[in-house]
Amino acid sequence: MGLRNFLDKIKPNFEEGGKLHAFHSVYDGFETFLYTPRTTSSATGAVHIHDSIDAKRTMIIVVMALMPCFIFGMYNTGYQHWLALGAQEFPFFSLLWYGFLTILPRVLVAYVVGLGIEFAFAQWRKEEIQEGFLVTGILVPMICPAEVPLWMLAVAVAFAVVFAKEVFGGTGYNVLNIALVTRAFLFFAYPAQMSGDKVYVASGTPFGYGTALPDGFAGATPLGQIATQTSSDITLTGIDGHVIDTWQAFLGLIPGSFGETSTLCILIGAVILLATGIASWRIILSVIAGGLAMGWIANVFASPLYPASFIPAYDQLLLGGFAFAAVFMATDPVTAARTNTGKYIYGFLIGAIAIIIRTYNNGYPEGAMLAVLLMNCFAPLIDYCVVQANIRRRLNRAKTKTVNE
Amino acid sequence: MKLKLKKGLNLNIAGGLNSDTQIIDLNVGLYAIVPDDFPGFVPKASVHDGDEVAVGTPLLFDKNHPEVKLVSPVAGRVRSVVRGERRKIMRVEVEASDTAVESPELPKPTDKKSACSFLAESGLLAMLRQRPYDIVPNPDDSVRDIFVTALDTAPLAAPASVYSSIFGKEDYEEGVKVLRLISNGKVYISHGADFEYGNISGAEMVEVSGLHPAGNAGVQAANIAPVNKGETIWTLDIETLGRIGRLAKGQRNFETVVALVGPEVEKPSLFKTVIGAEVAPILAGNLGNTEHHRRIISGNVLTGNVVGPEGFLRYPYRQITVIAEGDDKDEFMGWASLAPSKMSESPSFPGHFLKRSFRPDARLNGGRRAMIMSGQYDKVMPMDILPEYLIKAIISKNIEDMERLGIYEVAPEDFAAAEYVDTSKLPLQQIVRDGLDYIRKELE
Repeated sequence: MGLRNFLDKIKPNFEEGGKLHAFHSVYDGFETFLYTPRTTSSATGAVHIHDSIDAKRTMIIVVMALMPCFIFGMYNTGYQHWLALGAQEFPFFSLLWYGFLTILPRVLVAYVVGLGIEFAFAQWRKEEIQEGFLVTGILVPMICPAEVPLWMLAVAVAFAVVFAKEVFGGTGYNVLNIALVTRAFLFFAYPAQMSGDKVYVASGTPFGYGTALPDGFAGATPLGQIATQTSSDITLTGIDGHVIDTWQAFLGLIPGSFGETSTLCILIGAVILLATGIASWRIILSVIAGGLAMGWIANVFASPLYPASFIPAYDQLLLGGFAFAAVFMATDPVTAARTNTGKYIYGFLIGAIAIIIRTYNNGYPEGAMLAVLLMNCFAPLIDYCVVQANIRRRLNRAKTKTVNE
Repeated sequence: MKLKLKKGLNLNIAGGLNSDTQIIDLNVGLYAIVPDDFPGFVPKASVHDGDEVAVGTPLLFDKNHPEVKLVSPVAGRVRSVVRGERRKIMRVEVEASDTAVESPELPKPTDKKSACSFLAESGLLAMLRQRPYDIVPNPDDSVRDIFVTALDTAPLAAPASVYSSIFGKEDYEEGVKVLRLISNGKVYISHGADFEYGNISGAEMVEVSGLHPAGNAGVQAANIAPVNKGETIWTLDIETLGRIGRLAKGQRNFETVVALVGPEVEKPSLFKTVIGAEVAPILAGNLGNTEHHRRIISGNVLTGNVVGPEGFLRYPYRQITVIAEGDDKDEFMGWASLAPSKMSESPSFPGHFLKRSFRPDARLNGGRRAMIMSGQYDKVMPMDILPEYLIKAIISKNIEDMERLGIYEVAPEDFAAAEYVDTSKLPLQQIVRDGLDYIRKELE
């Protein structure tokens, strides 16, 4: 085949002594992406056949599962922009195109910066390229406001990849979820561009397309509105003033971060991840259970001091990044708990803590990000306790035996 | 007693035996004993090239326990003691002939000591394994229980009735008598539902059902009476038990039935031959002509050694599996494939849902990665072990954690199914083998 011949022809340049050896990891990354490596099992002391699944397929399936959210995000970005302009008509492809042009530079920046660092570290460590960033690179723009400045995104991605991943040893060794570290970095370093009511509706003209919104246009997200409520009678409104009901929150035609508004699309993603066995149903289920339980408790003891406590528990799941975090963030196998029992505890606490932060800390309207990051830190501890139980069982077994004899 | 194991792996690979496959008697000219097949055994040669040997004449003895022998499975002449680097003994080759001497009869065992030396001198002890460490048993150890498996759940294995066809019920009962002299506790025999010998007197019968690795003696032991720190159990298969029984009746018999199977085999067959036989006569005429590379495995696709067409049957394997090597194949974006021919435990491949047999090759199907997915190993390990944590403890050479997480209960073969399903393509069996060797070296 032509492509195979071309790869074979340029291969010597990238090998030891070749003039492009500094890019060996890049070549290797592309070669193994295009062609299944010919490496075969070792002759002794190993299995002779391997399952067809590999890290590449696993990661790409996650990216596929994100696509419904991504495409919906493109549409919704355009929709909110048109809504803010006071439009009466919403031409489908124009909305999609506007959203696409808005998000494209963010996706490119995230991938170029993140993969660039990955390639460099792989080259330095003489390892193969790891696929982990394929998912992170698409996740990052999806959990930020659509118009997050490119340079900030670049700085945040670089920070997260280097300090949350590579210093720990690369994909598979990180303690914290990389996409969420990126978001947390942005959130704490540049709060003005990451929160408040000015950032969640795209206002610009990407590549000259569309009409710019007037400066200082304000369109608060539902959670942003709730945080500033003072009475128990909460009415959520869209940016044009219409009332947002549960159904609209479920569909996701509300202002918010680019890819996480539509619970419907998140559910489609969840179905893909669960059907392919890539995400843990234990985690997703227990995050939802934790969120519902805490949401219900907060609702029972609702107080005007904490306006978010007046939203019913099921609405809590539909608003903000909760569902997205449950399906795509909490389930990251590297940073989640690894034992089966641990997964239930880990998930439940993420759900509960997300609602606690959201409800009882008016400073942070959204708690999902912080809840997942917090539980990422505690996952090893949870696993430690589960592992200790296994160890104790083994010790007791030996002890009972000695007593009986 | 009944034991139902729920976790495991069911691989549907092309080239299996038909239920009516007949056993063909096959005499081959050349046999070899490979000391590497007997972990823990440090070989010293006790024969020279050209020596005449009988069935049961010692060829090698263990440097640390000189009474433990590896013996000639056939009568004939030692063709050569093949040595590798630093004069390491790679194998002892024996040419079969009819003109050989008789080997002396061994005294009938009456107590533990005589039973152990009976097994050690006859070369049968080396065919057993002990846990901890999955090595040739130390005849001086006190043995808590002995586990015999009459079940083979490995991919493409012949039905258990084939393997137990060489010996009869009396042989097994004689064998159990010998083992009972050694075991402080019980002698367990685990068998499938179709076991034809009923109760073997003297043994505790356990009916096991489940997917691979349910047939591993160690997996059965872990579910019947797991090994605690400081305890030793021995494991063996039903064929070895038969050999012990036959030996107690004064006959040395190293016959075995070998299944020739796998997607590259034209006509899957069964051969009755002797352990260590050269594989060329077994393969002859049974492999078609193809352009692509092939991998000839003595063993099954999960545990076994590549032997090549010039190789020999390796112990303890009773299968020869031939698959495509796959190193001469270019597959464009194989990771994205939706082809139903892709074999996988993952529901992301359509083949997962199809009732068909697969023709896997030896490729890793991906690159080696750090441990990413969680819970994968668990699903195919029917033992109360946390495999990921044990593997991590071994990799970090943490002896205390290895002990606490149950390294004494496992053998590399118990991790074979996990190694197959692993997304990260980690060499789990090698890691466990290295871990067992390391901890033995440190503690002894």
